[in-house]
Amino acid sequence: MMLLEIDNLSLNFRTRSGVVKALEDVSLSVGRGETLGVVGESGSGKSVLSFAVMGISDAAATVSQGAIRFEGLDLLKAGPSDLDELRGAEMAMIFQNPRTALNPIRPVGRQIADVLLRHAGVTRAQAQDKAVEMLARVRIPDPERRAKAYPFEMSGGMCQRVMIALALACSPKLLIADEPTTGLDVTTQAAIMDLVGELARESRMATLLITHDLGLAAERCDRIAVMHAGHVVEVAPTAELFARPRHPYTARLISTTPRPGASLAALEPIPGSLPDLRGELAPCRYSARCHLYQAECDAGPLPRQDDNGRMVACRRPA
Amino acid sequence: MRPLLDVVDLCRRFPVGKSQLHAVDMISLHVMPGEAVGLVGESGCGKSTLVRMLTRVLDPTEGSIRFDEREIGYIPAARFTRTPDRALIQMVFQDPTESLNPRFTAFDCIADPLRRLKGPWTTAGLKARVEDLAGMVGLPVELLGRFPHQLSGGQKARVGIARALGPEPRLLILDEPTSALDVSVQAVVLKLLDDLRRRLGVSYLFVSHDLNVVRLLCERVIVMYLGKVVESGPVEAVFATPRHPYTKALLSAIPSRGEEGGPRIRLSGEPRSPIDPSPQVCRFFGRCPLGADACQTEMPELREMGEGHRVACHTPMD
Ligand SMILES: Nc1ncnc2c1ncn2[C@@H]1O[C@H](COP(=O)(O)OP(=O)(O)OP(=O)(O)O)[C@@H](O)[C@H]1O
Ligand SMILES: Nc1ncnc2c1ncn2[C@@H]1O[C@H](COP(=O)(O)OP(=O)(O)OP(=O)(O)O)[C@@H](O)[C@H]1O
Ligand code: SF4
Ligand SMILES: [Mg+2]
Ligand SMILES: [Mg+2]
Repeated sequence: MMLLEIDNLSLNFRTRSGVVKALEDVSLSVGRGETLGVVGESGSGKSVLSFAVMGISDAAATVSQGAIRFEGLDLLKAGPSDLDELRGAEMAMIFQNPRTALNPIRPVGRQIADVLLRHAGVTRAQAQDKAVEMLARVRIPDPERRAKAYPFEMSGGMCQRVMIALALACSPKLLIADEPTTGLDVTTQAAIMDLVGELARESRMATLLITHDLGLAAERCDRIAVMHAGHVVEVAPTAELFARPRHPYTARLISTTPRPGASLAALEPIPGSLPDLRGELAPCRYSARCHLYQAECDAGPLPRQDDNGRMVACRRPA
Repeated sequence: MRPLLDVVDLCRRFPVGKSQLHAVDMISLHVMPGEAVGLVGESGCGKSTLVRMLTRVLDPTEGSIRFDEREIGYIPAARFTRTPDRALIQMVFQDPTESLNPRFTAFDCIADPLRRLKGPWTTAGLKARVEDLAGMVGLPVELLGRFPHQLSGGQKARVGIARALGPEPRLLILDEPTSALDVSVQAVVLKLLDDLRRRLGVSYLFVSHDLNVVRLLCERVIVMYLGKVVESGPVEAVFATPRHPYTKALLSAIPSRGEEGGPRIRLSGEPRSPIDPSPQVCRFFGRCPLGADACQTEMPELREMGEGHRVACHTPMD
């Protein structure tokens, strides 16, 4: 049994202008100590998926099918108190919008101490010390004094690191990291990802690393799942995905990443855009943009070939 | 040609208890008409504080800001919103979630500065202009009726960019505009910015942690470390032969999918505190792999190393 198993999850949002089919038939799993990357264009459903796992979806969301199991427990059926117990202690999330996700009127050190008090069974003094230690580990200079700062007194990247400290404080079994290092320079990013990697090894923490930085994903993930318009279109071990992408979208995504030294003229956006997720959608949501499209692609649900840990959802995979 | 933006000895300090946090410490820089200047540096080094002063949403402690030969540094931020220069200097903020009004639809977020700074508009004219701007940044028009919480991170980021472009600024200051964008949308936005610069002579100050993007878009780059400029110069020169040990470490840490690039330089040692820093000690001392005696007794000044390439280090690298 994997630590986290997502089975055939479909999720919709009600809006004033119709139902947005944000996730359809999403299946993924993460094992202990494993880092699974989730990549894909903006709007492809990466954050919506992580909110669903954390049980904090928008009020307008409904899950129309599927299951999310954490250590065998079905999270979609679990009661609110069970989920509260899990969140923060067993599974923790680093949000994409760091400053707005922190409590604006509580010093950052306190916020970290609060989680420790709630979940780690420590004294207040121990919690304070551990909070300062966590700030140091995420490389906040002068952690003792900066622990007293409020989020508005910190830079964007510092808020992001505070949130990382907050998420890692209780050594969760599962870390969901939604673009955890976008606000960080590459040297700080490397230090933070080393820290996450250390915890993954030491305490077998599983990580769901959501990013659109393919370089980062290549460096840090064991396996990568590629999402497009609410579908998982490909899953593969990292090296294999880059060496031999099978889904045309994956190939496109890889070739669009600017190489160091490339020129602006050489950058080619992926043609077309994500389809409007309201109303009728083709079985393959990439078909309108795909250079391999044939009429057969519209013939019912896509086959999912599953071999040697690779999955691809396409009629005409490479 | 005269600089469009000319900044001399700019400082911003924040009180922290009885002490002072030196967020921006005696920074001078300029941006020429039609020039794209990149601003990079470690998380927390003062980039957002600096650019928030330049766009006059934050008041400087000391120093001068000249825009188009007019001194604007002394105009209080609250009053600057009512000057005609407001339309000419626009900013894309680092955290789109924080900077978009949650009660405005995406349409109104983009239309708001147009209504205030341009116009008068007819309803149809405004609608056409907003849709045009959305199209320019690759934001599907069907998303314009949505509220920020109904949009993904990258969709909100595009709303922020469209909003800043609306008033047709002469100087656009972008704080991490591409960090929430996937590679495909990023390509669209970078090409758009480059096109506006070539066609209309728009100038950019472009804050980014993505060094590949800085290299693609900018002609000149400024490297900051803990409140100070440590290196600046033409992009090719700085990337090919970084002179400051911090720049060198930064460039070595770019994730590159293992294709090229030398070994990553890991900075060890504690970063210095920005609170009451010593005016005599180089800010990088303690983490610097080169650190010599002079570094502890004398703050290095920026010195010309050839063709506009300047570095502040006692033992510049070659
Ligand atoms: N409350 C909501 N109501 C309607 N649509 C929503 C809502 N929340 C998200 N969506 C839509 O669901 C889709 C997936 O959004 P999500 O935030 O998961 O994207 P993402 O993959 O995280 O993208 P990004 O990389 O830009 O953060 C988007 O098209 C978004 O507009
Ligand atoms: N209102 C404030 N009060 C106190 N300190 C502040 C305030 N605003 C910023 N600072 C401090 O000033 C320093 C510079 O912050 P700034 O946001 O300019 O950094 P940055 O270079 O933009 O970093 P990042 O890349 O992480 O966004 C930080 O140490 C921050 O904590
Ligand atoms: S199913 Fe057809 S249209 Fe879809 S990605 Fe595969 S080849 Fe392209
Ligand atoms: Mg997201
Ligand atoms: Mg910043």
